[in-house]
Parts: sequence; structure tokens; C-alpha cells
Amino acid sequence: MNTTAIKDLLYKMADDLLIIGHRNSEWTGLGPILEEDIAFSSMAQDKIGQSQALFQLLHELGEQEPDTVAFTRNAKQFHNAQFVELPNGDYDFSLMRHFLYDVADQLRFEMLASSSYEPLAKVARKIKGELKYHVFHANTWIVKLGSANEESKARMQTALNDAWNYSLGLFEEGDFENDLKNEGVFAGEVALKQLWLETIKPTLTKATLTIPHENTWEPELGGRKGIHTEHLEPLVEEMSEVFRVDPSAEW
Amino acid sequence: MIKSLDPRVTRENIEENNLIAPLTPMDNWETYEVFHQKKRGDQHMHVGIVHAPNPEMALLFGKEQYGRRSITANIWVVKTANVFASEYDDADMFETTPEKQYREAGGYKVMDKINKYKKANKA
Repeated sequence: MNTTAIKDLLYKMADDLLIIGHRNSEWTGLGPILEEDIAFSSMAQDKIGQSQALFQLLHELGEQEPDTVAFTRNAKQFHNAQFVELPNGDYDFSLMRHFLYDVADQLRFEMLASSSYEPLAKVARKIKGELKYHVFHANTWIVKLGSANEESKARMQTALNDAWNYSLGLFEEGDFENDLKNEGVFAGEVALKQLWLETIKPTLTKATLTIPHENTWEPELGGRKGIHTEHLEPLVEEMSEVFRVDPSAEW
Repeated sequence: MIKSLDPRVTRENIEENNLIAPLTPMDNWETYEVFHQKKRGDQHMHVGIVHAPNPEMALLFGKEQYGRRSITANIWVVKTANVFASEYDDADMFETTPEKQYREAGGYKVMDKINKYKKANKA
């Protein structure tokens, strides 16, 4: 099996989860109401846990300890899509990103549940319930706010427009698409993107929101290759602040 | 600018005198009563309340507040407004006179008989 290709896949998935988990956790204590604050924080923790499971697989493939990988790299060494590093903005944008990202994430893991790389398939099957809940949460909010009143609808539509090209960047192809496909590890970003479009459309229709016209689509690429917006570096700084105080501390 | 120990608040650059209005009472959502079931077949037990704008979100929040830390098979949510409750002023309805011991399980003295039966059958 092509270990380099698998590592590439694991890194981008783990980094997406770690970064969006950290971003979403920034809402802790600031959420719109107590119940939602707790729900969003709890899901952020789930995402950090999921990233840890993937960093563990990387460790088993010869990479460093999960904590070391998560907290000692600089921004250019991260493989996450730019979408997940964008600042939270208002809750409308955070919810829209939560919806667009989490549906993609759920579908990706669904595809991976039958991967020929068994350790990853095992993780995918283990976190199935968490992902289902995250998408249920996202769908409920999107449909509710899309159709609540004029202001909420307008804000969700703006959030969708702003998020769109970045969300397409989630499906940036790597150098090993064919290896992963041929070896039955992962069916590839193109297939995933197609499935994602088919899945989000009915929910957005129900929410009376409109996907930007196809001739305006310009995916924000580069994240998978370490090209990031100016927002990632301060995030990584803040995220690793405590770890760097004493990297050898036992937690 | 508001300087907080929380960096997320500080970087929002909020003026000391700001127009961010506090919530008024009507900004709050209505409440739902949450009932939690540990495993299939068990009774649903009332565990608390969540604020939510609709039943779907009440389920989400109910799951998060009350299903997160314990084993859960199922959750019910019921709009608090839809619960009919007795009046505390009428609590005397529930009082019962002490003479009617025959209506209580404790009123039956059967342990002697049971022990006698057990002893007889053991031999």
C-alpha cells in the first residue's frame, strides 16, 4: 500500500478537523444562548477528538506523537483547506461553515468506512454517530434560520455566498488521487464533491437558500499544499500557546 | 476598548460604551421539558428543561444537556406550555388518613408466612 498517499490523505483530514475544532471552540462562552453554546462547544471537542484519532493513525505510520504534530508545526506545514481557518465571523457564517463542512466530512467518512486501509475504515465506523449528530444539528439550524424571517434569511444567504468558494476548496485534489482510487483507499475528491453537492442541495432548498450561480464558482485552493490565508498563523500561535510553555508536561 | 482576560473578547475591539443591548425577557425562547430513557423498554424519566424555538432544536439541546454524559436510548421533549399540572394549593388532595393501612403494601404482614413457607419447603 502507498503509505505516502495515505499519509497525505490523513494529514489533510486531521488538519481540517483540528483547525475547525479550534475555531468552533472559540464560541465557547460566547454562543447565542446557553444550550447552543454547550452544543457547539461539545461538537468542537468531538472534532478535536476525531483529529486525534487520525493523528494517531499517522503516528502508527511513523509520524511523530499526536500532540507534537498538532502543536509544534508552523502554519505552512498545515494541510487544512483555507475554509476552516477563516475567522468565525458572526454566528451566521459559523453555522453555514458548520453545515457545508460537516456534510462533506460525514460523506467523506461514509466513503472511507469501506476503505481498503482498515485502520481508517475502523475510525470511520467508530465516529459515525457523532457525525450524524453534527449534521442533524447543522441541518436543523440552516432550515430554521433560512426560513425564519427576512433578516435571518438574508444573513444566511450572505453567509452562503461568502463561504461558497472557500467550501469548494475542501475538494482540492492531491497528488495521489489515482493511487488512493486504484488501491481502494478513497474514491477521490471529485466523487466526494459530486456527492456533497447532491446532499446539500435539498437542505438548502428547504431552507429557501440559493447556491451561487455556477459560472461564479472559483474554488479557493492551496490549503492542501500549505498555502494559507493570514488567519491561520495567529490561530496556530494561540492554539499551541499552552503546549509551548512546557512541551514535556504530562497531561 | 474593552480589555478582557479572554483574548476572543479583546480582539473584537468593543468600545467601553457600546450599543450592544442586553437581552430583554421576550428575546428568550420558550421551554421544553426533557424526558430521558436509558434503554429501550425503560420508562422515560423527567430530567430537566431546555430553551428552544421548536421541537427539533429542543431535541438537539436535550441530547446535548442530558444525553451527553450517560447512556441514552431515547429522548422525549414536550413543550412546557403543554403540560397540565395540579395546583400546589390543592396538595391536600394527596393526603390520606392514617387508618387506611390496608391500602398500603406495608399494611400486610406477610413476611412471617413467607419465612415459614420457605422453612417448611427447605426441610
